[in-house]
Amino acid sequence: MRGRFERRTFLKAGIGFGVGLRLADPSIAAQEDPASIRPTEGDLLVRLGDSSATPLGPDDIPLSARPTMAWAMDPADKTVRSGSRLNQLLLVRLDPVTLTPETLSRAAEGVVAYTAICTHEGCDIDDWLADKQHLSCACHFSTFDPKDSGRVVEGPALRMLPALPLKVVDAKLVVAKPFTSRVGFGEPPL
Amino acid sequence: MKTHYRVIVAFLLLAFGSEPGRTQQPAPAAPMPPNLQNYKPVTAERLRKPDDGDWLMVRRTYDGWGYSPLAQITRASVTQLQPLWVMATGVTNGHEAAPIVNNGVMFVATPGNQLMAIEARSGEVFWRFTRPLADDVIRMHPTTRGVALYGDRVFFASGEAVLVALDARTGKEVWTTKVDENKSGYYLSVAPLVVDGKVLIGTSGGEFGIRGFVAAYDANTGKELWKSYTIPAPGEPGSDTWPQGDQWKTGGGPAWVTGNYDPETNLVFWGTGNAGPWMGDQRPGDNLYTSSTIALDVATGRLKGYFQYHPNDSWDWDEVSPPILVDYRRNDRTIKGLINVARNGYLWFLERTDGPIRFNEGVPYVKQNVFSSLDPRTGRPNVDPARKPGTGRKADFCPSWWGGKNWPSVAYSPQTRMIYIPANENLCATMEGRAIQYTPGRNFIGATTTLYLAPGADHIGEVQAWNVDTGKRVWTHTFAKSTNWGPILATGGGLVFSGGTSDRKFRAFDALTGAVLWEFPTSSGIIGQPVSFMVEGRQYIAVQSGWGIDARTMQSRLARLSADFSPVPEGGAIWVFGLGVGASRPSQ
Repeated sequence: MRGRFERRTFLKAGIGFGVGLRLADPSIAAQEDPASIRPTEGDLLVRLGDSSATPLGPDDIPLSARPTMAWAMDPADKTVRSGSRLNQLLLVRLDPVTLTPETLSRAAEGVVAYTAICTHEGCDIDDWLADKQHLSCACHFSTFDPKDSGRVVEGPALRMLPALPLKVVDAKLVVAKPFTSRVGFGEPPL
Repeated sequence: MKTHYRVIVAFLLLAFGSEPGRTQQPAPAAPMPPNLQNYKPVTAERLRKPDDGDWLMVRRTYDGWGYSPLAQITRASVTQLQPLWVMATGVTNGHEAAPIVNNGVMFVATPGNQLMAIEARSGEVFWRFTRPLADDVIRMHPTTRGVALYGDRVFFASGEAVLVALDARTGKEVWTTKVDENKSGYYLSVAPLVVDGKVLIGTSGGEFGIRGFVAAYDANTGKELWKSYTIPAPGEPGSDTWPQGDQWKTGGGPAWVTGNYDPETNLVFWGTGNAGPWMGDQRPGDNLYTSSTIALDVATGRLKGYFQYHPNDSWDWDEVSPPILVDYRRNDRTIKGLINVARNGYLWFLERTDGPIRFNEGVPYVKQNVFSSLDPRTGRPNVDPARKPGTGRKADFCPSWWGGKNWPSVAYSPQTRMIYIPANENLCATMEGRAIQYTPGRNFIGATTTLYLAPGADHIGEVQAWNVDTGKRVWTHTFAKSTNWGPILATGGGLVFSGGTSDRKFRAFDALTGAVLWEFPTSSGIIGQPVSFMVEGRQYIAVQSGWGIDARTMQSRLARLSADFSPVPEGGAIWVFGLGVGASRPSQ
């Protein structure tokens, strides 16, 4: 920080303006624990708090109702991926005709899955605005549209909700692909 | 012009000239700067009676006045105030911490678990400390409200519920102590308070089903000395104000703003947040000691007194701001006072003793339609049931859940005998509750809300001045198109400094009249606590600019109502102001 400040430095700084104002995210915790890794293709889904870890099917998710909270579960060894709060999922069943094409491609018999962690400050998305079928965070009131890829309807969140594509296998909901984007909040590492 | 150029240059250089985001434990191959070599240890005596030029704790003095006796910058000369240096902090979000200044060394805490030591006069960075956070850390309000100093150490409440002591000269960790379990929703945003060799903190996490507490740690070792919960366990005094069962374990009552302290009685006065979940009908009873001020014996942590501002909260009115200690006059009597500007919209004049807190009077300072009256003896409000939301029962009420005043601090000037309040008027809300089940680490709120402007509202933000001896309002400055989230500084120069508005301006008011004497648009909106200090005979004013946290959330909610509430530029910076060359700088 010491020393003379020259015009060239000023220009360099100016060119870089807008990309360097934020700290990079601090350390990303190692996630080698099977319970902490993000949901993986082929995982089943179980209701949050269900000690029997019964896999959920599309019919377990009520139509157009408040979201069902869930975890992913490894079908092989039954490891419930509840080691990180970032793995909490929201399951909503909607009329397929109301879904955008992109969302429809990720849905399983109308059931869509999103992270339950708000992209704003990491609060739980725990409110359901039934009239518009929107998801909302009770901390800071960011609102998202589950019919349209988790699009931000109202801020302060800037980033859409990461979606978890689903499919149906043997009448059970199964993870089809990883999350569509980084789960969590704040700015991505620079 | 030259000064402005230097300011811009410094801003850019410090934004890009360093490598933020890493734990930069300094490797001082170079000799330690003289300011640090000669670092002046902070003693108990200095905390009790700081030099005029120092600002050693968040509100400068134990009484919480937020008042600097420095008088070089006056009503006449403040028009010549200008920025002397500015530095990007490298992080976004809400910068709420006061710059703490000890004999010319400034300590600034920012979001991102970052702390810096800076040469207060020039802005040169001595060291920078960042404590990494897990990506799944729980922090509903990811900010810090500052640090505390004692001896040659700096105490920092790290977001993930860890208390950290650093060497003030090097920025190296001396000890760390886990305060509580972050996975269960406990986190820290408070500035610690040092009293008698003890480091006091209060927890955040009231929206996650925590059991709130204030705790004390040995400044030398980090050992926990006591932990006083804000919710009594079964059998303890006050436990009969909770339903039978386990709700006391998850009842909220956080304590996320630094308390004030009375050396005469060794009592610390700490504010507590609302009970959880938000709907009072889910936890029948007064729910002591939530939404209260509690008086704790610093030696033992024992509860010696309390005052609950409203029982059985159903409005999310945290009463975490502590009362300031001001002796005021009433009926030819001087009262050893506690004055609190509560989130519930009432201004409370209380009396402190060596234990119990006594009620004197309460008066609304913004529109308040929930309390129909106060009990003249106890101050207990009579609540209009139609204004109280419940489970499956929507109610509308004023002020909103954010309150007439949220956490931003008031200031008191012994010159004018006025307190200065950053208020938000004309904001009302609807709220409807729903049943919610407790899950560790998940929101435990159970309510849906809307925000609305009171009919006929012509402004929101205010700075109010009240005479403590008459209990009457003296002046009000209104902001037509902005809220006000700015903590306040009063100075011996007859001035009141504050930001808080969406236009990014930092202002100086005439403390007597409320006239705006000077204003300057900073890099972002100011929700940080301004301070004043002196180095080598020159008075400075310092403040962090960095919009975020609830100010930003309120702005987002208001943007649904009016185009006047567009997003505020974000990105943190430290600003330091002083009189320009040639301005009158009379000696102290």
